Amino acid sequence: MGMKIGTAAFKERVDQGLSDSFMRGAVSAAQGRLRDGRLNAAEELGNWEDWRSHGEEIRKHTLEHLDYYLEMLVDNVSKRGGHVFFAQTAEEANEYITNVVKKKGAKKIVKSKSMVTEEISMNEALEKIGCDVVESDLGEWILQVDDHDPPSHIVAPALHKNKEQIRDVFRDKLGYKNSEKPEELALFAREQLREEFLAAEVGITGCNFAIADSGTVTLVTNEGNARMATTLPKTQITVMGMERIVPSWEEMEVLVSLLTRAAVGQKLTSYITALTGPKGEGDVDGPEEFHLVVVDNGRSKILGTEFQEALHCIRCAACINVCPVYRHVGGHSYGSIYPGPIGAVLSPLLGGYDDYKELPYASTLCAACTEACPVKIPLHELLIKHRQKIVEKEGKAPVFESLSMKAFRMGTASPTMYNIGSKLAPKMMKPFVKEDKIANGPGPLKNWTSIRDFPAPSNERFRDWFKNREKEESKS
Amino acid sequence: MKVSLFVTCLIDMFQSDVGRDTVELLEHLGCEVDFPEGQTCCGQPAYNSGYLKESMESMKHMINVFQDSEYVVTPSGSCGTMFHEYPNIFAGDAEWEPKAIELANKTYELTQFIVEVLKVEDVGASLPARATYHTSCHMTRLLGVKEAPLTLLKNVKGLEFTELPDKHNCCGFGGTFSVKMSQISEHMVDEKVRHVESTKADILVGADAGCLMNIGGRISRTGKPIEVMHIATVLNSRK
Ligand code: SF4
Repeated sequence: MGMKIGTAAFKERVDQGLSDSFMRGAVSAAQGRLRDGRLNAAEELGNWEDWRSHGEEIRKHTLEHLDYYLEMLVDNVSKRGGHVFFAQTAEEANEYITNVVKKKGAKKIVKSKSMVTEEISMNEALEKIGCDVVESDLGEWILQVDDHDPPSHIVAPALHKNKEQIRDVFRDKLGYKNSEKPEELALFAREQLREEFLAAEVGITGCNFAIADSGTVTLVTNEGNARMATTLPKTQITVMGMERIVPSWEEMEVLVSLLTRAAVGQKLTSYITALTGPKGEGDVDGPEEFHLVVVDNGRSKILGTEFQEALHCIRCAACINVCPVYRHVGGHSYGSIYPGPIGAVLSPLLGGYDDYKELPYASTLCAACTEACPVKIPLHELLIKHRQKIVEKEGKAPVFESLSMKAFRMGTASPTMYNIGSKLAPKMMKPFVKEDKIANGPGPLKNWTSIRDFPAPSNERFRDWFKNREKEESKS
Repeated sequence: MKVSLFVTCLIDMFQSDVGRDTVELLEHLGCEVDFPEGQTCCGQPAYNSGYLKESMESMKHMINVFQDSEYVVTPSGSCGTMFHEYPNIFAGDAEWEPKAIELANKTYELTQFIVEVLKVEDVGASLPARATYHTSCHMTRLLGVKEAPLTLLKNVKGLEFTELPDKHNCCGFGGTFSVKMSQISEHMVDEKVRHVESTKADILVGADAGCLMNIGGRISRTGKPIEVMHIATVLNSRK
């Protein structure tokens, strides 16, 4: 699938999102639930703000010493008999993964949820060599069954679907006969998936946190599917973004506490799966062969820039769950597997401004994301930094806008110019004023007045009133 | 107490009565209000659009304008927030960073100033009406002023107060967002207006001219019988 989803232009995607009332109902209901959950879980923990600061410090420290910790991780995975591969690009990662699969002669692959494998289009690469790749996360599986409908959320990929729609997908594609009750739907999925787990020759997972000093990869799930995917198949491949690392178990514990609370308002998820290399002597289960693929795919270019904090992300989706823009346009409007505020920051960094130049503007800068982020990434500030880049370096801002900003500088950096401008504006607007408002504005006002009225300028500017009053007072 | 008013460009040009209410209110509370005449705009429209260079010139200008002020008070949470951003924007600049910090430290949003500095919780206003309050994003989240406006509103005689559902959600203004992404903005402001209607309030109160222009403009366009009022006007009502 790759990071980019669909080919429609931004405006079309947004129009589609805005007119999908099913999706919007599902999204706003989920937002309400998830937001409340997060706030309750945070309150229950007590000093949430201290935890957030601690989380921020951990991410900052780790990213500042990323090479050191990656080396430590590689050493420890190797010591435990695992293989490590550094992939600079998506192609390199896929080549390595398909080679491992080919060597094993494997045809059936079971996956647990992973954003990075979506990002590099791993499924497609494996399908090309004739493999059957089965998603085992319930949400991902629903989308896969629904002819590869793209994910619209990084934690709950099928968030845009309600239970009736899921029932219909199962009915149409798999001959499901029961109702839309979540229990019945889940039971059906479970039966289908169990067979896949037992038949799979290779298991592929993502990674929530890799622990450098023990060489462990950890996975956080509610369905236990990562545990199945890491224990049943004989060969196990873990694919991780290169920033998905912590120094030791101690930091992992802090971040998991933040992650589960911020993501879904849980104190702890149902399963935290830890895998340290292949099965050792005397172990009853676990894979015989273990591969760790560390994916760069544009991440090292972000290191050392003003966007480094974007790599602090622990993919909890709290920012998405509070975003008022996401609420209305839904995940697919972002045209990336990374939607919402973090997607608007990350997608242009990984995928370039050509495809994603609108995303940094698809925000009111209300800072709900920044407030919600458990590791304190200043998301709305990073969006402003993108806008600066687009204006200054890329020259991609509309001509009209850059002209009006030049006028802005002239008008606001000098009181004389401001005075002239603010006196002139009411006169220029006068022809458009009817009944104390402007309902049909000219030029840039048009987009405003297509939706709402614009106030008529005051008869007397405040500053003139104040001045006159002072004069009056000095007279009396 | 001497107070310099930072009135903001929107209020200066489009809602001068809010500026007057602010002056009268502060004087009623015993302040001596001056209006440094050189003031223009805080730079936010350009800054938020990514025009850093352009915005920094107006910021420097504003720093100079308020250099001698003891307190700077503004009836706009968002523009007040912008003054508080200056130190980050000028971080590392030997000449301007200290000046930016000085300005930020003495700048207050109007209700914040009344409650935190003047230590007044009841301004003696009265307004018989049913009201709800829109918490604007920058004032609440970035400036951290959450309680002050509510404290003051609750002490307005005759004012019956109902909380706005989903008050944490942005109204869809976002400066240039409102025109650049007007299709999205429309849905956001409509949801806000629906929530305001659901409270059955006669008056929607807010502390930010931008948000009020957005919500008010939509209310006026759709012909809803709801009056939009700046908090300075409410607090200056003696009916
Ligand atoms: S940016 Fe923050 S809130 Fe958003 S997904 Fe990442 S960690 Fe979570």
